[in-house]
This record gives sequence, structure tokens and C-alpha cells, in this order.
Amino acid sequence: MTHHASALVLTGYGLNCDHETAFAFEQAGARAERVHINALISGQKTLDAFHILAFVGGFSWGDDHGAGVIQAHRMKTRLGKGLVAFVERGGLVIGICNGFQTLVNLGLLPGIDGDYATRSVALIANDCGNFRDDWVALAVNTASPCVFTKGIASLDLPIRHGEGKFFCAPEVLATLSANQQVVMRYADNTGAPAKGRFPQNPNGSVDDIAGICDTTGRVFGLMPHPEAYNHPTNHPHWPLQKEKAVRAGQNPVFTLPTDGIRLFLNGVDFVKTGVL
Amino acid sequence: MAHRLEIALKPGLTDAQGQKVKKRAADYLSIGLSDVRVVHVITLDADLSEPQQWAVREIFTNPVTQVSSFYPLAVAFDWIIWVGFRPGVKDNAGDTAKEAISDSLGRTFTDDEGVYTSKRYCLSGDGLSRKQVETIAGELLANDTIEQWKLFSKQDWDSKTGIGLIIPGVRLAHSPTVTLIPVESDAALMKVSDQRNLALNPNDVPVIREYFVRKEVRDRRRAVGLSDPTDIEVEYISQARSDHCNHNTFGGRFHYKNLITGETLEIDSLFATCIRQPTLDLQKEKPWVVSVLWDNAGMARFDEEHCYVITGETHNSPSNMEAYGGAMTGIVGVYRDPMGTGKGARLVMGGYGFCTGRRDYDGDLKPRLSPRRLLDGVIEGVKDGGNKSGIPTTFGQIYFDDGYMGKCLVFVTAVGILPAYIKGEPSDKKTTRPGDLIVMCGGRVGKDGIHGVTASSEVYSEHTPAGHVQIGDPYTQKKMHDFLLCARDEGLIRFITDNGGGGLSSSVGESALYSGGCEVWLEKVPLKYAGLDQWEIWVSESQERMTVAVAPENIDRFLALSADHAVESTVIGKYTDSGMLHILHDGVTCAYIDLNFMASDFPQWKFEAHWTPPKARGLCEPVLGGSPDFNALLCDMLARPNICSKEWVARQYDHEVQGGSAVKPLVGADRDIPSDAAVTRPVLSSEKGIAFAQALLPAYSKIDAYHMTTTVIDEAVRRLVAVGADPAGIGGVDNFCWPNIAYDPVSNPDGRFKAAQLVRSCLALRDACNAFGIPLLSGKDSMYVDGHLAGRYGETRKVSALPTMQFSATAVVDDVTACTTLEAKAEGDWVYVAGITRNELGASEYYELLGFTGLNVPRVRFDESMAVCRAVAAAIGRGLCASVHGVYRGGLGVHLALVAMGGNLGMTADLSKIVQEPGLSDHTLLFSESPARFVITVAPENRAAFESLWQDAPCACIGTVTGKNGRLTLSGQNGSVLVDREVTALKETWKQPFGNLI
Repeated sequence: MTHHASALVLTGYGLNCDHETAFAFEQAGARAERVHINALISGQKTLDAFHILAFVGGFSWGDDHGAGVIQAHRMKTRLGKGLVAFVERGGLVIGICNGFQTLVNLGLLPGIDGDYATRSVALIANDCGNFRDDWVALAVNTASPCVFTKGIASLDLPIRHGEGKFFCAPEVLATLSANQQVVMRYADNTGAPAKGRFPQNPNGSVDDIAGICDTTGRVFGLMPHPEAYNHPTNHPHWPLQKEKAVRAGQNPVFTLPTDGIRLFLNGVDFVKTGVL
Repeated sequence: MAHRLEIALKPGLTDAQGQKVKKRAADYLSIGLSDVRVVHVITLDADLSEPQQWAVREIFTNPVTQVSSFYPLAVAFDWIIWVGFRPGVKDNAGDTAKEAISDSLGRTFTDDEGVYTSKRYCLSGDGLSRKQVETIAGELLANDTIEQWKLFSKQDWDSKTGIGLIIPGVRLAHSPTVTLIPVESDAALMKVSDQRNLALNPNDVPVIREYFVRKEVRDRRRAVGLSDPTDIEVEYISQARSDHCNHNTFGGRFHYKNLITGETLEIDSLFATCIRQPTLDLQKEKPWVVSVLWDNAGMARFDEEHCYVITGETHNSPSNMEAYGGAMTGIVGVYRDPMGTGKGARLVMGGYGFCTGRRDYDGDLKPRLSPRRLLDGVIEGVKDGGNKSGIPTTFGQIYFDDGYMGKCLVFVTAVGILPAYIKGEPSDKKTTRPGDLIVMCGGRVGKDGIHGVTASSEVYSEHTPAGHVQIGDPYTQKKMHDFLLCARDEGLIRFITDNGGGGLSSSVGESALYSGGCEVWLEKVPLKYAGLDQWEIWVSESQERMTVAVAPENIDRFLALSADHAVESTVIGKYTDSGMLHILHDGVTCAYIDLNFMASDFPQWKFEAHWTPPKARGLCEPVLGGSPDFNALLCDMLARPNICSKEWVARQYDHEVQGGSAVKPLVGADRDIPSDAAVTRPVLSSEKGIAFAQALLPAYSKIDAYHMTTTVIDEAVRRLVAVGADPAGIGGVDNFCWPNIAYDPVSNPDGRFKAAQLVRSCLALRDACNAFGIPLLSGKDSMYVDGHLAGRYGETRKVSALPTMQFSATAVVDDVTACTTLEAKAEGDWVYVAGITRNELGASEYYELLGFTGLNVPRVRFDESMAVCRAVAAAIGRGLCASVHGVYRGGLGVHLALVAMGGNLGMTADLSKIVQEPGLSDHTLLFSESPARFVITVAPENRAAFESLWQDAPCACIGTVTGKNGRLTLSGQNGSVLVDREVTALKETWKQPFGNLI
């Protein structure tokens, strides 16, 4: 049975990727609504009407006290139980960049075996010491339960952050690996994990980790921005790809949907195919 | 009682911030440190119970990575440097901490309480001396304009009290007072102007005085309880008449004379003649020009449903004092212009241009901030301001010349987009009506930024007040931006403008002209702290504020929406049709002035402009010969600061947020070559894009500012054409930065020459805009780019910048997938050079390398350039070009190399085949900076079709693209090989100078 899918995209307080994230969900066939954090807190809007909750990129509260820290604190104080209930009743959550930082500070990630309160991983200042905007190659763990990366083995996406270094204690890392919760790793141009090499691993993340999910695969956080690969021309090498395609007589010149949109499609398909 | 929370990374975790300090101490100051750890300090000036303290600690401590304590943390050190803000300086992190604590504890802070952030740097290093630590504090970590610091040696440090409890709160034991200004004589008024730093022009003084002594004026004033002018009135006049706001220089009368030919020219207002008239003429021809010359930014058609707006600003004086805060305030400030254009635009991209002294300058002059430190600060300010605004910074340029050590230049450009209609009404139209309420939105008002406009209308000196230095708050502004767009779409905004230079004085003063009057209730204006005088509230330039006119019936909805977005909005008055600017404080009138007074007959500024042509100034071409090592020359050219890679800057700017990036600032196989232009899709559901580029070529001003100006515009046009823009659809923004042009035999002996350069530049702007058909959508001027610097022997020297004009250009691209980029794409493609190469090495990068100025400055032949651009556009339009790149500073040698480097491919070309004027040397072939040229690569199967397009424009096939990691092989006039190098080696050379910066 096919359902329609609706996504709530958070906005306000310095978040800034809300428009393109909503657009990406719409490209993927969902109904997307940008909702101010305060509208959710005040009860003007409730999560009940939505299947997917998106924590988007930006600088929430200016991010002066650790990226995502204050957003997570406010959400936890005001909405904590509601968020966990949303996840427990089968809702999908995606956190991108600042949203990922928020999810780990909320404790929704790593969400090991239903523990959605413990902070056990962190995203901290890049080892390179600065904000960085570049495209990265990503190797996807195809054994991961992550709903959003189904059928994707590798892809290119942009990263844009100053605090994206994934860090956790060795025993937590072992658990994440054992549970296949590591969804994607920064890779070199052969597709193999970057092994910490800069700039392929742009921030010094342990184990090249770029994204993780909870043990159900329905809560997903990643530093790269899939919503910023919503059009073929977002890819830095599109002019070369196009030139090659034209010379090879390929028609249409670009393959659609883009790899960025495919992540959203997976989420939306998950909802539509009636799993919820 | 105050509390101090210290937070640090757990031992063993890399402290990236500390490592950066360590690296800079070594690189910049040659001080070796073994380790630096940073402790973040939050000082809470509020009485908190123990459970409340625990709650606060929980908010700010990440259990995975951090430790924290209300006692000093034990972090290893040999020396400690504590750095905190001076009282009254904007502490963004302190403000968000306060917001988070209030939210968490459910407790508001009183005016007497506060939350402040600061940093404690723990330095380790063998044998560090106090002097070295002082150097690190003063030259790396703190700027005493805005920050204070304390040093602690191991002996000084008390592990119980730590840094102590330092509360940088502002306490003004002052009751707001209105002061009367004597107008018994011109001299008396001028004296007050000097005392109060009003920078009144002596020629304006009689006009001001005449108004206030006029009988009917005095009678009317008496009726509202006023006599002599109040300080608030005189401050209002001063800022409105400042060169910054009123553009007296560009509106002045110029008497131009060519001292050699005797030819004279009388120009009544450069603005009216060279900017307004051509733009109005072009607006008639170009229906896509929607609104120009009156609003905060110009507006042009994007598609049926949308318009785009663009403006460019400079923020030179504040950046020169405090680079980070100045540049940040600049970018955040220019973003308010599109927000205040029409009914309000959404910001979609930004650009930057930085001009400073050479980064490694080690000469005799002692600027307050070294060029390196200044540039670091400026780069970081635009990074935080732009990134945190959520607006992609898609294009920029950096230019080094030691003339900018007197005052640096910081150009910031903003592009926004808005619906063509809002609730069925054209979005570009707006007005205030009697009865509309005056609403101030966003930040609060403090003493910061007082007299910014008058200070930027002066030459920098030690006495320039530091009070105008500010730190932008992109977070507060982003919230306001989001709120205002919602309010706009609900039709709640009747008029909107930003509070920038001049603060409320400008925004209310100017918006009241539409309704014909206003009444302002100053006591309603929310303040950062009590104790401001009325005039300070009125002229403060505290940032992140907009002034909005709201109809009374909409005010409740407007304020409710504002509260939903956690944005402060306050009704501070109402618009009237009284003809008067009427300001009250607690019901007492403190200003009552005819609104049309500012339109009175103030004397026009007058300038003598004396031009001596370059030849008559003794400039000539150098005599060059021999058969130089062109391999070495090309490598040295590629490594020059104005040519080499500056990837580190673009990488730290978010240039892809909003998801519309189509041509990025860095392109090519390794994403490392600066693109000709940036292309962005501002409407995600559309294939249309906005192409954007900027250019500046100040070196040519050494010979003739006329040609400086036309070549800059030609470059900006070609940059857009190179990515696929239609040359007929280009709009421009001019930003002039000029040294003082007012002649004074002692303090400005060459003022008349600088004035002549300005006249010639403006004439060139007019000629180029007319020839290329470019309407000027926006523009600004910033004069007084001079400084007095201490020299080697304790003397001071005046340093004036090269006359500089940055030109920004935009064009709408119908289909972004038809755009091109500059890198060679495939082995076997043909290499073409379009345009004519001439003996034009004057003031080129090549001559600069050799230590010459020369005479033959590049000049634009408009018809020739237009023909070349049209042919390139046609070729791109038919999909015939694999790559297109303009030839800019450094000439063909440099730009052929960039095309090859971009593709990581080799290239073999015979330069003797390019279209050229006769008799060119190999030097000239390689490095002439003749404008109107492109390098184009074409797939073999497109050769015939491509060549058929060049009936009316010069173009020649000069070689081929060779294989992966190949060589760049260029031969010259007699067939001999001039350059033969591996492209990877060239790229390494080009990347080396700033290659270790991140």
C-alpha cells in the first residue's frame, strides 16, 4: 500500500539549509513543510502529522558553545519525550551537518539499542583548525541498517563545516562498528576509506566516519550535505562529466536523480511503501 | 555574586584552536611553543543557586569531549594569557549563552546582570620570556581596540582564584541630557563641530546657522519649547551632510584641466553626469532593469516571478582598526541592503574584495596592524559573517599593494532575490503614509558605532575614535531576516530600510520624506544599557537593525510574528505629514526640524583637477632585450602574490549553502583553479542562474585611471561571458575607493592630480557603460583611502592607496547546464586565442616583477571587445566550447597555464599564431595584458562550426591540448620554444606561496 509522505523541516534560530532541504524532500516526492523550532515547541505544530523529521544545517544559536549544543539543549528540555516517542513509533529522523551535531548532543544518536538519551559520541573542531567547504568522496557501508542509504555504495557530496570531527571512546566505536551503525566514511578517489588523510578526510574524524545511524536505521546523521546535491550542476565536475557524455553521444546528458536526492528518495520510499 | 565557568577539551584530544595559535606564533612571530590549550570562560554576573549552577554547567559541557569547573581548571602551562572583551564590545557568544541560560532556568536577566565570554590560553614552551608572551598577546591574540588581556606566569598564578572575576559590563552613571549648541557665530558652531567630532564642513556652517536664527523658525521652535539647536539636531545634520551619506565628492563641481594641452572640462556632479545619466538612458532600452538609483540596492528582472537585487559596499576604516570586527560588520551590514530593498529581498549570495599591503611586508612603515594580521582578521570576519548568515560567498579577490597599508580596502557585495509581486503589488514599490507606525526590528542600541559615518569621511589618524569599531552579529540578523520575509509575504510591510551608517537618523529621516514627516519617541528605543544621551540613541550605528513602516491595522500581527521568531521589534514612533522631523524623549521635544532643510542650498563642494598625461609625467617603456629564461620567468610570475593560488580563502567560505551552486569559485579536475565567475541558481525549481564576477586592476592607475577603469569593466564583462552569460544582459555595480582629492599645499599636495584621476575614471565608467550597455544597478564611493604611518626614524609618512575601482557584474543565465568552465577537458582539443594582443605591458604584472612601470597601459577598444564577447557567447550558446577562460592579469602565459592546470592536462601552443599587432617581442606575447581576449578549447568535431563564428572578430587556433599530466610547451615569434614545463610542476609553483595556509 502506498502512503503519502510528509517531512517536517526545522527552521529558525540561525538554521540555514531549510529551503533546500525542503526542496530535496519535494524532489523525492514528499510533502515538506518548513516549521520554526518555536512553532514545534509551542505546540502550534505537532510531530503527529509527519513521517520524517529533518534537523538541517546552519549555525543554531550561532554555534558559539559547541555546534548544535544549544539547539539540542532547548529541544531536549522542551520536546525531549516527544522526539523519542516520534522515533519509537517508527518516524524517520535525518540530521544534516548542524542537524547531525544536534542529534548527537540530544543523544538520539548513536541511539544504541533504544537508548535515545545518552551522549556518547561528539562532533568537534576540525583538526585542520578551520571551517572548510569542499566535496568529498564517501564510501557507504552497505551492511548498515540505515534506511536512507539503501542501494547506494558510494557517492560524492559537499561538506561545509568547522566542527565535523567525529569522536568517541574506542569501546563506543567498537560497538558502532559491530552494530553496523557507521553508515558512511570519507574515502579516497579509489573509493577506499581515507585512513585519516587530509583533505580526503577533511576534519580528522576517527575511522573516517562521516555519518552514523541508530540501531534501527531510522535515525541518521551525517556531516555532508545531500540536499546541496539536488541538481546535476551542484557537482564540481559536472562540466567535465557533461563534456564526456556529449562526446559519447549519451542522451540525456545527466543521470537523474542526483545521488543527493537518492538519499531523500530512500527515506520517502520507506514511508510510502507502508512500513510506517 | 558572580560565577566563572571554565570549559576545556579533555586532555589527549587535539585542541585545533590551540594548534592554530602555536602555528601562528611560530610562523608569524618566530616564537616556538610546545603546546597551547584553550580554556573557554563564561562569566556569569548573576546570583545563581547551586542547582542553577549545575544546570548551567550541564548546558555548556559536552560529557564526551570536555571537562568544566566553577574553579580554575588545572591545565598545564608555562604562561597564561587571558583575553576578554572591553566593556560594551559586542559579545555574541555571551549573548547566546544568556539566551540559553534564560531558556533553561526559566529566569530572565536584569539590566544589572550579564553573561560574558573570554578565553584563557595556556602556553607551554621552554624558556618563554614575558616579552615573548606579551608579543603573542598583543600581536596575535588580542586587539586592544576591542579586547583587554592579562598575563600570568607560573609564579603569578593562583590556582584558587585563577583569572579572577572580570565583568566587562557597561555602567553609565549618566542621566540622558540634551545639550544646546550655540549659534551666535560660525566660529562658535565650528568649534562645537571640532569638539564633538562632527566633521561639519565649514562651508555648510553658515547655512545651518542661518536656519536656526531665522525668525519664523525660532517662533515655531519656541512653540514646542526649543530655542538654539539641540545636539541631536546638529548630529542629525552632520551625519546627513557627511560625505559618506551625502556623496558630496561625487556630487561636487570639478574644474578639470589637462596641463599639457590646456584642454578644460567643467563637470557639475560626477554622479549626475557619469553614473545617473547613462543608467537612466540604458534603463529605457533594457526592460529587465526594474528599479535603480533610489533604493538601498538596484533591482533587475530574474524571471517572470522574481527580481534580483544587488549592491556593493566597502568597510575600509573600521577594518583598518579592527580587521575581524570591521570586515564582519561590513559583510553582515551589506546583507541588510537587499533586505531593505523594495519590500525586502532574501539574500542569495555574497562577494568580497580585499586590498592590503603585501602579506610578508617587512619594510620601514609601521601600520597599527601588520598586513598579514590585518588580512587574517578580514578573511575571518567575512567567514564568520557570511557563513553564519547562511549566504554563500561565491566569488572574491585579493590584491596586494603596499599603498593599502595606509588604509586597507574591504569590498563586500550582496545579491538577493524577491518575488516580483507581493499580494498582487509590485515588490519594488514602497512608501510610508501618515499614520504608519515606525518599527525598529533586530538588535538593541548602544554606544557602539557612534560617528562611524563621519569617521569614515576622514583620513585615518591616531585620533580616529575607536568607538565606531563594532562586531557584527549574524545570528541575530539571520533570525530577523527569516522573520521579515514571513512578514513581507503576509503583506505586513509597507516600507523597509536598514539601519546602517547614521542609524535611526538616516533610516527614519529618509523614510519620513515619503509621508512628509515623523514623530519619534526615543524613550521607546530598546537600549543595550541605560545612560545613553538622546543624540546617541538617534545616531548610534548599532548593527542588525531594520526600520519598518507598518500600518496600524497590521501592527498586532507584525509584533506577534516577530515574537514567534524570537526577534525584538518595537514601535518607536509614527509617520506624519507635518513636514517636520519631530523627536521627543519622555514627551519632551528634543528635535524639531524641517524635513526639507536637508534639501536646502548647501554649497556644492568644488575641486580643482589637474591632469598631466603619462608621457609628460616622464613615464616611458623600459628597454628590454636578450633571450631570457622564460621558464623561470613564467614560474616567478605564477608565484607572485597577485597571481598565485589563494585557495585557502575560498575553502573557508561556505559557497554552496542554499543548494544552488552551479559554477563554484574553484573549478577544474582538482577543484583548485579560481573560476572566471560564479553561477548560482537562486530559485531551486528553475534552471536559470545568476552569473556573478568582480574585477579590480589598481596597478593601471599608475599610468592612467581612465584605462584602469575601462579594463576593469572589460574584465568583469569577459568573466561573465566566459561562463556563458549574454553580454547584452549585464548589470554593474561600481565601488570607488580613492585617496583624498581635496588639494592642500601641505597636507595633500597632489590632491589636484588625484582629483583628475577621479574625473578620468568616472568618464571612463560612463564611456564603458554606454559602449557595453551596462546599467549601473548600484554603486558606492569611499574616499580618503590614506593613512599616516610611522616610519623607520619615528617620522610619519602619508601613504595613499592606488586609485581603485572594483566593478561587480551580474547577468541572468537561462540554463545553467549550458555554462562553461575554464579547465581544458580533453586531450586532442584545439586551443584558440580570441582577441588581439598588443604591446600593452604598461603597469603589467610582468613589468612589476622587473621593477618597471612603463607607459603602454592596456586599453579597451569597445567595439572590438564587444565583437569578441558576442562571438564567444554565440559559440558557448551552440555548445561548441569545451572550455572558455578570459585572459587577465599576468597575460597569456599565466592564463594558458591556468587552463592546462585546471584540466591536469598538457598543452602545446605556438604563440606566434595569435592575432597580434606587428612587431611584438616574445615578452609581449607571453605577458602583455591586452584586454578583450579569451582562451578557448574546442573538440575536434566542432572545429569548423566554431571557426565559422569568427567573421567579425579576431581569433586564431594556436595549438592543442595534450595528455594527462603533460607539459606546457609554448613557442614564440621565431619558432623557438619559450616555455616547456610539466604542468604539475607549474601548478606546484603556483600553489606554493600560500600553500600551507588553511
